[in-house]
Amino acid sequence: MAAYLLRRLIQSALILLGVSFITFFLLYVLPADPVRQIAGRSATAQTVENIREQLGLDKPFVVQYARYMGGLLQGDMGRSYLQKTQVAELIWSRLPATLLLMAGAIFCELVLGLTMGIIAALWRGRSIDQTLMVTSFITVSAPQFVVSLLLLYIFAVKLGWFPIGGYGTFAHLVLPAVTLGILGSGWYSRMMRSSMIDVLRADYIRTARAKGLTRARIILRHALPNAILPVIAMIGIDIGIFMGGIVVVESVFGWPGIGQLAWQAIQRVDIPIIMGVTLVSACAIVLGNLLADLIAPLIDPRIRLR
Amino acid sequence: MTLAEALPATGAATAPDTVLRVEGLCVSARTEAGLKPLVQDLSFELRKGETLAIAGESGSGKSITSLAIMGLLPQPAVRVTGGSIRFAGQDLTGLSEPALRAIRGDRIAMIFQEPMTSLNPVMTVGAQLAEAIRAHEAVSRPEAAKRAALALRAVRLSEPERRMTQYPHELSGGMRQRVMIAMALALKPEVLIADEPTTALDVTVQREVLDLLRDLQAQMGTAIILITHDMGVVAEMADRVIVMRQGRQVEAAPTLQIFDRPSADYTRALLAAVPRMGQGPTRPPVSTEPVARLTDVVVRYPLRQGVLGRVSANVHAVEHVSFDIRKGETFALVGESGCGKSTIARALVGLAPHQGRIEIAGQAMEGLDAQGLKAMRRKVQMVFQDPMAALNPRMRVGDLISEPLLIHGIGDAASQRARAADLMARVGLEPEHLNRYPHEFSGGQRQRICIARALALQPELVIADESVSALDVSVQARVLDLLRALQTEFGVAYLFISHDMAVVDNISDRVAVMYLGQIVELGTRAQIFGNPQHPYTRRLIGAVPVPDPRQKRRSGPRLAVEIPSPVHPPGQAPARVVLRDIGEGHLVGSEL
Repeated sequence: MAAYLLRRLIQSALILLGVSFITFFLLYVLPADPVRQIAGRSATAQTVENIREQLGLDKPFVVQYARYMGGLLQGDMGRSYLQKTQVAELIWSRLPATLLLMAGAIFCELVLGLTMGIIAALWRGRSIDQTLMVTSFITVSAPQFVVSLLLLYIFAVKLGWFPIGGYGTFAHLVLPAVTLGILGSGWYSRMMRSSMIDVLRADYIRTARAKGLTRARIILRHALPNAILPVIAMIGIDIGIFMGGIVVVESVFGWPGIGQLAWQAIQRVDIPIIMGVTLVSACAIVLGNLLADLIAPLIDPRIRLR
Repeated sequence: MTLAEALPATGAATAPDTVLRVEGLCVSARTEAGLKPLVQDLSFELRKGETLAIAGESGSGKSITSLAIMGLLPQPAVRVTGGSIRFAGQDLTGLSEPALRAIRGDRIAMIFQEPMTSLNPVMTVGAQLAEAIRAHEAVSRPEAAKRAALALRAVRLSEPERRMTQYPHELSGGMRQRVMIAMALALKPEVLIADEPTTALDVTVQREVLDLLRDLQAQMGTAIILITHDMGVVAEMADRVIVMRQGRQVEAAPTLQIFDRPSADYTRALLAAVPRMGQGPTRPPVSTEPVARLTDVVVRYPLRQGVLGRVSANVHAVEHVSFDIRKGETFALVGESGCGKSTIARALVGLAPHQGRIEIAGQAMEGLDAQGLKAMRRKVQMVFQDPMAALNPRMRVGDLISEPLLIHGIGDAASQRARAADLMARVGLEPEHLNRYPHEFSGGQRQRICIARALALQPELVIADESVSALDVSVQARVLDLLRALQTEFGVAYLFISHDMAVVDNISDRVAVMYLGQIVELGTRAQIFGNPQHPYTRRLIGAVPVPDPRQKRRSGPRLAVEIPSPVHPPGQAPARVVLRDIGEGHLVGSEL
C-alpha cells in the first residue's frame, strides 16, 4: 500500500512536470504579448523593453522555464504582472470558494445523475427511460453559459429565490452548484444506466432473486455496489471536465474562485496566474484520480493496489 | 399456512409423496415473428427425496423449465403460456411476486452452472449466506451467522468461520459451488433445482460436489431436479430421467430403463454419442519422427510488487516438461484447470515466454527473429474452445478461412478463395456458404469453420485446446469424427488438450497427464487408461462419471482436497517429478 502510494505520487509529480512544460511552452509561443498589456497602449518602445527586461521575458524559453520551475520548487509561484501580488496568495485566497463549489457541484451531479441512471435502468425501454435519456443528452450538449444564464434568469431574476450572484451564504452556492450539477449529471446518468443494466443481467442477481430477496434489497445491496464501481473511476476524470466548466460558471455567477481568477488572467495574459491556476487544477485532477483509485478497493475487494 | 395449502391439491390423482407437479407446461418467448415456444406441453411429478434428471442438449428447454418453476423467467420477454406448476397446493404460475418470493430460496432453492459468477463479488460469503436465511426467517444477525457457519460446515468446506469473512474471488470454483449449495440448502428446501451444477467444474471437483449433493439429499430428504447434458452425471445421480429435445419431452423413464432400453430414437442417438472410456480404436504407432519436440520447457510468470516492481513471487505454470509429438499422431494433454496444459499450447505457438527448447519440425524456436517465427507458425495452427469468440463476427466465413493464406502471402485472391471453398467442403460445410457470417452457423458448424481455418496453411501440427468441450455430445461426436478423418487425409498431428477423460480416451494415440505444471504420467492411450500408475491419474480416471447406472460408484471417502498453489517465492521451485520408464515407453512420475 505504502509502495503503491509512493509510486503513484512519483507518477503524479511527473505528470505535473509535463503539464507545466506544455502550458509554459504554449504561453511562450502565444502571439499575445503580456508586456503590451502591462505597459498600456501609450507606452513608448523603451518602456516596453524595460518592462520586458524587468520581467525576464527577453530571455530564451529554456531560461524562462528553468527560472519559473526553480521558483516553484522553493514554493514561489511568481508575482502577478498586473495585480503585483504573489500568485500563491491570490490562489490561496480563492481556493476555498472553488473547493466549496466543487463539492456542491459533485454532490448535485451524483444525486441527479445516479438517480436518473438507476431509474432509467430499472424501467429500461419505458417512456421514463427515454425521457431521462433525452434529458441527459440535452444536459450533456447544452453550453454552460446558456444553462447558467437560464437558471439565473428564472430562479434569481424572475422568482427571486436565490441571489443573482456573489459569495457568502448557502443561498449563493445553490445556483452555481446546481448549474454545474445539471451539466455533469448527463454523463453520470448514462454511465450509471448502462452499468446498472449490465449488473442486473449478472448471474449473482439471479442468485439473489432465487434466494427470495425483495426487489429493493436486490437493487440496493447487490446491484448498486457493483454498478457504481465504474462511476467512481469517472469522478476522478470528471474533476478535469469540471475545472473547464468552472471558469464560465464562476464568471457568470460572480463566484470569487480560481476559475474567475483564471478568466481575468487569460484576458490580460497574466502568465504567472495562468500557470499557477493550471498547475493547481492539474494537481486537483491528479489527486482526484488518485482518490478515486483509493476508494475503489473499499467497495470492490477484488481490486488490489500494487 | 393458508387455506389453499391446508386443502389437498385438486386435479388429477397425485401420489401422496408428490412435492411438485408440472402439468402441460408451455413457455414461450416473444419474438418479432410472434410467440416462439421454448417448452411445450411438459408434464412430470417430483416425489419426496428422489432425484429427477432433465437431460437434453442446448436449446432443449431444460433450463427454461427450471427457471419457470422458480418464477425467474426473464419476463415479459419469456413467460408461461399454458399449464400449471403445482407445489404445496398452489399453482406457482399464478402466484404474485411476493408469494413466489416467500417460496423461492425457502421451499424451492436453486443452484446454477457458473459458480464463478453466481456469487456477488463485493459481499462476503457469510453475508450472502446470512442474508438468504434472514430473508425467510426472523432471526437475529448473530443467529443467522451461526446458521450460515453450520451450513458451510455441512457442505464440508474447510475452516467455515474463516470462509464467512472471505469474498468469492478468494475461493476456488469448487469451493464457490459448495457455498452455493450451502446457501440453497441452509433453509432445508423441499425441492432443490440444480442447473448443470458441475459442468463448469473439474472432474475431481465434480465428483466431490456430486457426492455432497447425494449425502445432503439422504440427510434432508430433499427432492432434486437435476438439469444436465451429461449422461454420466445422469447415470450416477438420477432415479428417473426426462429426456428433452427442442422444448418437448422425448422420453421419461426410470434411469435404468433409459440406459438399458431407450424407447425413443433420439435417446438412443444421444446415448450413442456419449463418449465412453475404453472404447477408442487402438491404432498402430503412426511414426516415430517428431513434428514437435519439447525439452525441459519451463514457463514462469513473475508477480511484481513494490515501487521498483521487484519480483515477489513466480507463478510456475509449466515446470520442466519434455515430450515429443510424432508425425500424424494425436497427442493428448489432460489435467485440471490451472495445470499448465494451455500454457504449453501457447508456448508452442510462441505466445508464452519460455525457457528450455521447443523444436518444430526439427527447427528450434529459440533465437528465431520475427520472420522466422512467422514461418514457423505456418506449421502450427490452433483451434480454440469457444468458436464464436474465435471468429470475428464482422468477417465473412470465406475471408476468415483464407485469412491465414493472406497473412502468409500464399497464392492470389482467386486461389485463396478456391482453397477456402475446398476446405469448407472438406469439413462438411456447403462451399456456397462462404459469403455468410459466423452468426448464421450453429456451434458445431462454427467449430468446423475454425478447423478449416487451422488447416488452410497445411500445418504439420494442429493444437486443439478444449476444442470440443463447449459442444453438445451429438455435435461433439461428429466433430471428433471429422478430426479423425482429416488426420488420415492430411497426415496432420494433433495436440489435443482436454479435461474430458472420455473424449481423450476416444481420440488420442498417446496421453500425458499434467498436474501443477508437470507431467506425472505419459504413455500410450492403452497404457494410461488400461494401466494407470500414478495416483493422480487414477484419481482423475476414477472421478469420471460413467454413463452406466449399473456402475454406480460405492461411496468412498469424502474428501475436499484443494490443489496447491503454483505460486512460489523467487528462488524456490516446486519439487520436481521424476519420470521413470516402467516398460514400453510408459513414463510414470514419482509421487508428490
